[in-house]
Amino acid sequence: MGDLLTTLGSGLPLVGAEVTFWWVMGRIGLVLLLVHVLLIVGALMVWAERRVSAWMQDRLGPNRVGPEGLLQPLADLGKFMFKEDVVPKHTSKWMYMLAPAISLVPAMVTFAVIPFTGSYEPIYGADGQPTGEYITQSWQIADLNIGVLYILAIASLGVYGVTLGGWASNSKYSLLGGVRASAQMISYELSLGLAVVPVVLMVSSLRLGDIIAYQADTVWLLFTQPVAFFIFLVASYAETNRLPFDMPESETELVAGYHTEYSSMKFALFFLAEYTHMIVGAALVVTLFCGGWTFFGLEQLGWIMGVLIFAAKTTFFLFAFIWVRWTLPRFRYDQLMALGWAWFLPIALLNIVLTGGALAFDQDWVLYILPVALIAAAVIAAWFKYRRDLDNDVPKLERAPQLVGVAGSGGEER
Amino acid sequence: MAANVKPVRREAQTFKERLFLPAIIKGLGITFRRIFKKKVTMQFPEERWEVRDEYRGAPVLVKDDENRPKCVACSLCEYVCPPKAIYIVPDEIEDPEHAHVERGPAVFNINMLRCIFCGLCEEACPEEAIFMSKEYALWGATRAELIHDKETLYELGGIRPDPIKKWSNK
Ligand code: SF4
Ligand code: SF4
Repeated sequence: MGDLLTTLGSGLPLVGAEVTFWWVMGRIGLVLLLVHVLLIVGALMVWAERRVSAWMQDRLGPNRVGPEGLLQPLADLGKFMFKEDVVPKHTSKWMYMLAPAISLVPAMVTFAVIPFTGSYEPIYGADGQPTGEYITQSWQIADLNIGVLYILAIASLGVYGVTLGGWASNSKYSLLGGVRASAQMISYELSLGLAVVPVVLMVSSLRLGDIIAYQADTVWLLFTQPVAFFIFLVASYAETNRLPFDMPESETELVAGYHTEYSSMKFALFFLAEYTHMIVGAALVVTLFCGGWTFFGLEQLGWIMGVLIFAAKTTFFLFAFIWVRWTLPRFRYDQLMALGWAWFLPIALLNIVLTGGALAFDQDWVLYILPVALIAAAVIAAWFKYRRDLDNDVPKLERAPQLVGVAGSGGEER
Repeated sequence: MAANVKPVRREAQTFKERLFLPAIIKGLGITFRRIFKKKVTMQFPEERWEVRDEYRGAPVLVKDDENRPKCVACSLCEYVCPPKAIYIVPDEIEDPEHAHVERGPAVFNINMLRCIFCGLCEEACPEEAIFMSKEYALWGATRAELIHDKETLYELGGIRPDPIKKWSNK
């Protein structure tokens, strides 16, 4: 068994491997495998979301179908399959059909560059003897040297599905949802991209494998760039349209937002797309800030260990997605925009300038006080804003006038 | 209209509240602790509510402690039932030994789709033969299944000890 796994593992395409027929076949097999893993984990996420949210509300959640309700997604799938697939007359057919796929595919494609495990290879000295040092070699479907750019480019394509779905539905709720999605995406894509820049600066490579190798050699970027980590995490919540940023859906105002008019499997695709985005988002956070598939040397046990470490870390961040969703209420739209533009953007920019400056002038000490300095700057800015609002007695600080019911106010006044 | 609007002045937010993050972290802590709390969900078919004695569930027919049906098919319950859920066909009782004593129902149907669980049948019955049980989980795949016939009613009712023992005394 062990032998077989090792053979399989070494058969996984590595950098510089010669392009042969079997190499191509191996890649295709890997793609198929990962797509299925993504779909299955996405389905499990639906189950996890329902169970965890139930636990947080002192309930039990679905626990009837299969052990602990694990087969619930299958039952849901059956339900989706046999539901009537309503295509309203007033929609723009092609776009309406296409939108769910457009929102799902980019999420899956992004996963191509994320290293899910890797190997350790000894470095040989000039005399042909191992020097005792190792290089980490990440394994992924495509080892792009511009991995980070690729992710930023592809991941944001997902919003086209949402926006097009909202537009093609030709309904006011859907349209509003779609418009909100695009506005939100623009605001947060910026902070998301800028939060990655300090990481790239420190690693001086856009390849995700290098980022992981850097973190394995030094420390996780989570510790050296906590502010960037926080901004990236929050922005990725906004990117995936999750609470507290689920403006495109906001059930309370927009029925169901962009997928109001969708039913059956088309709705299921949108649903799945959201979860796939979450998985990719969590995997990205893990890769960029938490050392990817490495864990303080534990990964040297073999590539299976790497997969397990990667899965465990990703699971934690997936749990965080659920955790945050069932804790925080939805932001108001202006608050959402203010947070993105007035807070995250300047902090991310400041972070880039300071990190870049420190690296350019070899002032390592700046990097150590950087997180503290950024947090302090943010708090001080918040304090000044708070004082100013108090001085101006901005009514925003108080709640808006409330309608108070008067006994017997059956409209006599009118 | 103006009289209905009352501006409510509230305390301005403090700086800590304004930062939001402390509140968010606190909230995350609360939800996380909730995960391990005891759950309130009742696993229905396996666990059931204990209903109180005065609960009015499905009306059922009972037998006395000698396992003999008590209903004499007087049709009072049929008469009193507000939604006319009960249907009775009176007949001689099947047991020849007691044939002289009383009569009994040949058909006794209660349509549970009509029954409003008012309990009037129980009150009207001169023989204490019909009771409101505690059975509240009634279901059926067809409408016909929900019309309880005599056998079902006796099965649901079971035996209810009765000190009068009218069978032996007569
Ligand atoms: S409980 Fe009321 S409605 Fe139901 S069978 Fe008895 S009398 Fe009729
Ligand atoms: S159940 Fe009671 S009231 Fe109804 S027919 Fe029988 S004896 Fe009469």
